[in-house]
Amino acid sequence: MAESMAEGARGGVLDQLFANYDAGGFFCELTAPRDGEDQAVRLIAERLGRLGVDELRRRAREVERSLYDLGVTFTVYSDANAIDRILPFDLIPRVLFAREWAQIEAGVAQRVRALNLFLHDLYHDQHILRDGTIPAELVLGNANFRPEMVGIDLKHQTYIQICGIDLVRDERGRFFVLEDNGRTPSGASYVLENRHAMRRIFPDLMADIGVRPIDNYGLKLQEAMSSLAPDGVLDPHVVLLSPGIYNSAYFEHVCLAREMGAWLVEGRDLVAIDDRIYMRTTGGLVPVHVIYRRINDDFIDPRVFRPDSMLGVPGVMAAFRKGNVALANAVGTGVADDKAVYAYVPKIIRYYLDQDPILPNVETHICREPAALAYTLDNLDKLVVKPVGESGGYGLLVGPAASAAEREKFRGLLKADPANYISQPTLKLSVAPTLTEAGVAARHVDLRPFAITGDSTWVLPGGLTRVALRAGSLVVNSSQGGGSKDTWVLA
Amino acid sequence: MTMRQTQSQGGATRADDGASTDLRIRALLPARYGDAIFWLARYMERIENLARMLDVTESFARDDRGVGNWRSVVQINGDDALFRKRYPQGSGADAVRFYLLDRDNPTSIGFAMRAAYQNARTLRPLISTEMWAQINVFNKEIEALGPADIAASRLSALCGRIKDGCHTHAGLIEATFYRDQGWYFYQLGKYLERADQTTRLLDIQHHLLLSQPEDGTNLRADRIEWQVLLRAAAGYHAFRRVSPRRINLEAVLGFMLFDEAFPRSLRLCVRTVGTLLERLRQTYPVLRSAKPLECYDELDVSLTDRSYQRMIETGLHDYLDLLQQQIGKLSSAIGQAYFDASA
Repeated sequence: MAESMAEGARGGVLDQLFANYDAGGFFCELTAPRDGEDQAVRLIAERLGRLGVDELRRRAREVERSLYDLGVTFTVYSDANAIDRILPFDLIPRVLFAREWAQIEAGVAQRVRALNLFLHDLYHDQHILRDGTIPAELVLGNANFRPEMVGIDLKHQTYIQICGIDLVRDERGRFFVLEDNGRTPSGASYVLENRHAMRRIFPDLMADIGVRPIDNYGLKLQEAMSSLAPDGVLDPHVVLLSPGIYNSAYFEHVCLAREMGAWLVEGRDLVAIDDRIYMRTTGGLVPVHVIYRRINDDFIDPRVFRPDSMLGVPGVMAAFRKGNVALANAVGTGVADDKAVYAYVPKIIRYYLDQDPILPNVETHICREPAALAYTLDNLDKLVVKPVGESGGYGLLVGPAASAAEREKFRGLLKADPANYISQPTLKLSVAPTLTEAGVAARHVDLRPFAITGDSTWVLPGGLTRVALRAGSLVVNSSQGGGSKDTWVLA
Repeated sequence: MTMRQTQSQGGATRADDGASTDLRIRALLPARYGDAIFWLARYMERIENLARMLDVTESFARDDRGVGNWRSVVQINGDDALFRKRYPQGSGADAVRFYLLDRDNPTSIGFAMRAAYQNARTLRPLISTEMWAQINVFNKEIEALGPADIAASRLSALCGRIKDGCHTHAGLIEATFYRDQGWYFYQLGKYLERADQTTRLLDIQHHLLLSQPEDGTNLRADRIEWQVLLRAAAGYHAFRRVSPRRINLEAVLGFMLFDEAFPRSLRLCVRTVGTLLERLRQTYPVLRSAKPLECYDELDVSLTDRSYQRMIETGLHDYLDLLQQQIGKLSSAIGQAYFDASA
């Protein structure tokens, strides 16, 4: 029965819209058969199919227009110009089935737990380094390891309260972790905005499908942040600290502050007095207990880190050390989401939890190791090479797609500073039907679920599905021409 | 509207830690937001007034040979030097461009729109989505204007659209803006700016009125200067209703300055500011609320203590100048009392 329904979906209505749709040997997030779970796909396909491509295009224009009017934009800086862009939105949803989600949810929570235990260990007894499970120099020589954090005890022993873990799927539909984002991961606002946009343009597309709601993200965030407040504070005052209106992610900060019911503040709105933090208000100074900060470690306190930082709050680290104010995420989490440390995360999970990773890593060659460097140099045409310290898809080499000259350039870079790079096999990233110039076509996607951790971890049932809008492209980053989709987790 | 009356005059410079649950604290705004709200209101009000002034000047303020009278506009706004530097020809079309598009001119719609937008962006976490989206779109429309859009034949329609934009904004403020302290700052900014704009408008037009012969006791009905003044303040019809036969200088100026029901009269604007300041002080007591009230009292005295005769004797220009200075002083005092981050 289930099979015939799936057949029906693929052979019937699906054909009208997806007539020329070809997943090209990749795993398709929508049309790949799942036993007994095809009812939702059939409904979605039918409803989209009834509309037809022209109507979908009209609605796509409408939604982009409304995002633009609403100023749901990020800022791209190039050649000294700042341009406000919307994150291109594709209106065909990405669907995650209940069973798939169960694995993601458990895997993400497991990973966050292990990373927090790892950070607590690094900033206390360093067992994992002493017994040689992880090379000490990898951690201690890492710019993101912050000696200032050593010995500080945090509430719930949690360092990473907000985590965005990037997942990809291979051609067999298996999930892999591509990257851990445990500093100031962004994108949650797009999850919320995309859902709003879907509701506006497809008021009834979701009917009877059983999509899990995501609207309580802000509340969960507020709850987790409040749980970090110093003991004895009954009604904690939580603020979101943003670099301000010129930051490329300002609208994300706005969205999250609004959803949390917290003030969005800049460094100049806060002041440290006697190792306590206050907000400057129209009626004088008011105490602040928790700071959800969207400013990097380097800029958070000019007295401790970069002295030229105008964005941070002088004295906030001292208040943090004394436990008078909580910072989320904590300072010094960057050492856990470093691309070189990433390779050791499966080991870290086994070390602290005595469990196998629920979500495996992508095979990773750490070029600081001579054998891995040699392998990388020999297989540049097959590998993706990434600098360990960068994010946003900058400075990487996608071997199979690169020109000979680009590969030679990277050969030089790798030889000059091998410790700065890792390499991974080029994944056959999964695809999802996406509205393109040529009708509905397959485009590669990834997934960033968001996990919030106070005394326990909660994973938002959804996440940011990024889509590489160029045919064949594997780079989904918004700074590199990627877009996004609404992500439906089925109940 | 419900408002909490608080007895405490404290407004403590630093609230007690354990007592941070106090509603009073929750009701306070980051000082930077207060400042941004105040200035958002001022700039939006300024845009509306400029649009009105441009529209009326272009449509009505032509002399017998049909030449737009822009000289006085430029002069009174104190923009003479900048205008002549940027537009040596100094034509009427240049003046329109100067006040509409020229973002290097701080008294242009383009400049005020950009400033309003920047403030709205700062306020995005606070204001309603509708308010934000409207300003965002409005700003893009103003940004996109080019020389062709401000040709004389299109100017009136354009000014109409700009006024519509301002009115939509005003409606959204009324319908969606949460009425805590921020709302008071908005209203204060709006009425102070309006008072200031009315003094400027009077200053621009008054010498035309003074220089024209009175026909018996009335201004000459066939001259339009007095109409221009009233129309630029959206007060023509109200004035006719209030004063159907008496159309002399005293009546026109009295209406613009002292009428208690005309939304742009100095008296109505200033009294509104006074009520707002008093209610703000009662509802959200802060230590430094005294200074703005002192400044307000000075301004209020200037408006009650003046007979028409004395005003003419001192010279209208000097009188308006005094009012403008007092408005400026009050505006600064509000800034220092509520928005000064160094507090």
